[in-house]
Amino acid sequence: MIDWIVILQAGVASGTVLLFAAIGGIMTERSGVMNLGIEGMMLIGAMTAYKTAVVLGQPWLGLLLAMLAAGALSLLHAVVSIHLQADQVVSGLAINFVGIGLSMVLGEGLSKAGAVSLLPSITLPLVSDIPILGPILFTNHNPMTYVGYVLTPAAWFYINRTRPGLHLRAVGEHPAAADALGINVYRLRYRYVFVGGLLAGLAGGTISLAVSPGWFSELTTSGQGWIAVGLVIFAQWNPWRAAAGAYMFGALRRLILDLQGPQTLLWFANPFYYMPKLGFFLQMLPYALVILILFIGSREALKKRMGAPAALGVPYIRGERGL
Amino acid sequence: MSADQPAARGWRLPFSISFEQRMTTPKWLPALTSIGSLIVAFMIGGGVIAIAGGNPFATYAHLVKAAFGDIGVFNDTLVKASPLMLVGLACALAFRMKLWNIGAEGQFFLGAWGASAVVLAPLLPRDTPGIIIIPAMMLAGFACGALWGFIPGLLKAKFNVNEIITTLMMNYIAVSWVLFWVFGEWSESGFQMSPMFPRNTWLPRLTDYAAQIPQLAGLTLHLGILFGVIGSVVVWFIISRSRWGYEIRLIGDNKQAARYAGVNIVRNTVFMMMVSGGIAGLAGMAEISGVVHRLQGAISSNYGFTGIIIAWLAKLNPFAVILVSVLFGGLIQAGREIQPSGVPRMLQGIILFCVIASDVLLRYRIQITRR
Repeated sequence: MIDWIVILQAGVASGTVLLFAAIGGIMTERSGVMNLGIEGMMLIGAMTAYKTAVVLGQPWLGLLLAMLAAGALSLLHAVVSIHLQADQVVSGLAINFVGIGLSMVLGEGLSKAGAVSLLPSITLPLVSDIPILGPILFTNHNPMTYVGYVLTPAAWFYINRTRPGLHLRAVGEHPAAADALGINVYRLRYRYVFVGGLLAGLAGGTISLAVSPGWFSELTTSGQGWIAVGLVIFAQWNPWRAAAGAYMFGALRRLILDLQGPQTLLWFANPFYYMPKLGFFLQMLPYALVILILFIGSREALKKRMGAPAALGVPYIRGERGL
Repeated sequence: MSADQPAARGWRLPFSISFEQRMTTPKWLPALTSIGSLIVAFMIGGGVIAIAGGNPFATYAHLVKAAFGDIGVFNDTLVKASPLMLVGLACALAFRMKLWNIGAEGQFFLGAWGASAVVLAPLLPRDTPGIIIIPAMMLAGFACGALWGFIPGLLKAKFNVNEIITTLMMNYIAVSWVLFWVFGEWSESGFQMSPMFPRNTWLPRLTDYAAQIPQLAGLTLHLGILFGVIGSVVVWFIISRSRWGYEIRLIGDNKQAARYAGVNIVRNTVFMMMVSGGIAGLAGMAEISGVVHRLQGAISSNYGFTGIIIAWLAKLNPFAVILVSVLFGGLIQAGREIQPSGVPRMLQGIILFCVIASDVLLRYRIQITRR
């Protein structure tokens, strides 16, 4: 039988990866800069974290370096899209290519590394005794999962209830007005592109050091960065919705793995067990679901007149009229 | 945009740099910046190779030799360049309309699948002469690629769903779809590949004429390269000489203005995604009919993604796409034996970066004046 507690528990862990990446994407895009490079930055992060753990035996230092490495890559995107006013879509794609290629070059041979010290598993006292929720949310999780619980409300509060958050939104919605008020548009955009990079790196490091440990070149992330990009749009740039989507996709990932195990599902023979080739349709599921939720989200956005930050993707040029 | 502030207190640069917006861009400048950014990219890539413990000079020398060293390897380079030309054209066409078709990889796979279906389903008897079955495969490949473009196109046009994400997701779905058939229905006795296609479904290759011209023996260059060359003329004609091309350019330059001018954005978007997907699908057909001769999981050396870079480096010019494809074909061909194995991918990324960074030179004149 399928153990739903296990699926949800693992789902929360792998959902955390998507959560970090998506919230990083939200921070960047709220400042008006498109962030399509998440997949590449995650790969750089995953490779850096794992390499540090292999070479130095320091997983925590690995996470830190993963964040900085992805952050450095994101600054490349910042220079090109903020100062050089290049097309942010293409720059984001370039970040992906560089990230994938660079991590393959620097991660050469890492997949053959032996025993590596990873992030520990922690069970929180007291709260883990709560029925159902305890085993799902607070038992045997890597520390980053708990960080994820704090990050969502913190990001929401920062964006919507603090003064720097107000500036962040101003720069993304109406940079000219923000500039007139004395906010340094360029500096803020650099800052939040960097924040997006840091979080993408953290997401990558969390994969390679905890959620599915190891370095499998491109397959380490297997498109999760792109799913995060989709989540940012689906979330309408709101951290709470991003969290809901991230955990849902995390659980789906695990469900797909577990669906192929048992001989019977509920009361009928499990088709995925008896015909393994049907598993390929299961593998399509997350990607198809991203298309579906974007479709649903776009209809909702049309109805409620919600949408992207007004200046998203538009380079800001001082002294020129316009947004 | 100006950067002529004093660098530090008490000390100033002996010259000042200022950016001045260009009113017109000289015709020769885009080509020059593309070449310049290629050179810079290879220098940066060399630095990374050195850091990773390799010898950049030896690596590059090896790259050139393994890609263009003799007629044999140059043949292999052109074989790799053939699908790249079509995929690059597919991207260039869509990008000209500012439609971000990142799904050429998936459309390539679907095209390969569609062409295989003609042979394996089989839609036509196995012994159908090549003159009939090959055009049928081309049609099926184009149609399946177009279908794979149609879905994101429709979602974009009718519901404003971001086409970057949808085309990308369709890539993953396409690969799983092909694997399903390769592992399942069309598996050759449990192997993860279909049976070999019969000879009549193969695109003609140079080596097929070795009996008449002995020098051609062993040269595997196939008819697919002509698809690319002819395709570039067709795409050039569409963009520069046709009424549709005028609409494409109008939408690409200013969507609002195009709408006010009465251009049907919805129909153009869907149609463009289908044509772009179809061209990428044709590349998939040419690859399995010309090179692989069977359907399997590994049919693309990231051709779909490389096409994006090619289109951009070629500045969306269809003839430049041909030249750049040969260069990248060489990079992929030679890169197969280069360690570490990620070098070609990394170089591609750095090249794309340098190209978009150099675009600033097209929009601004940089003036350096002595103080």
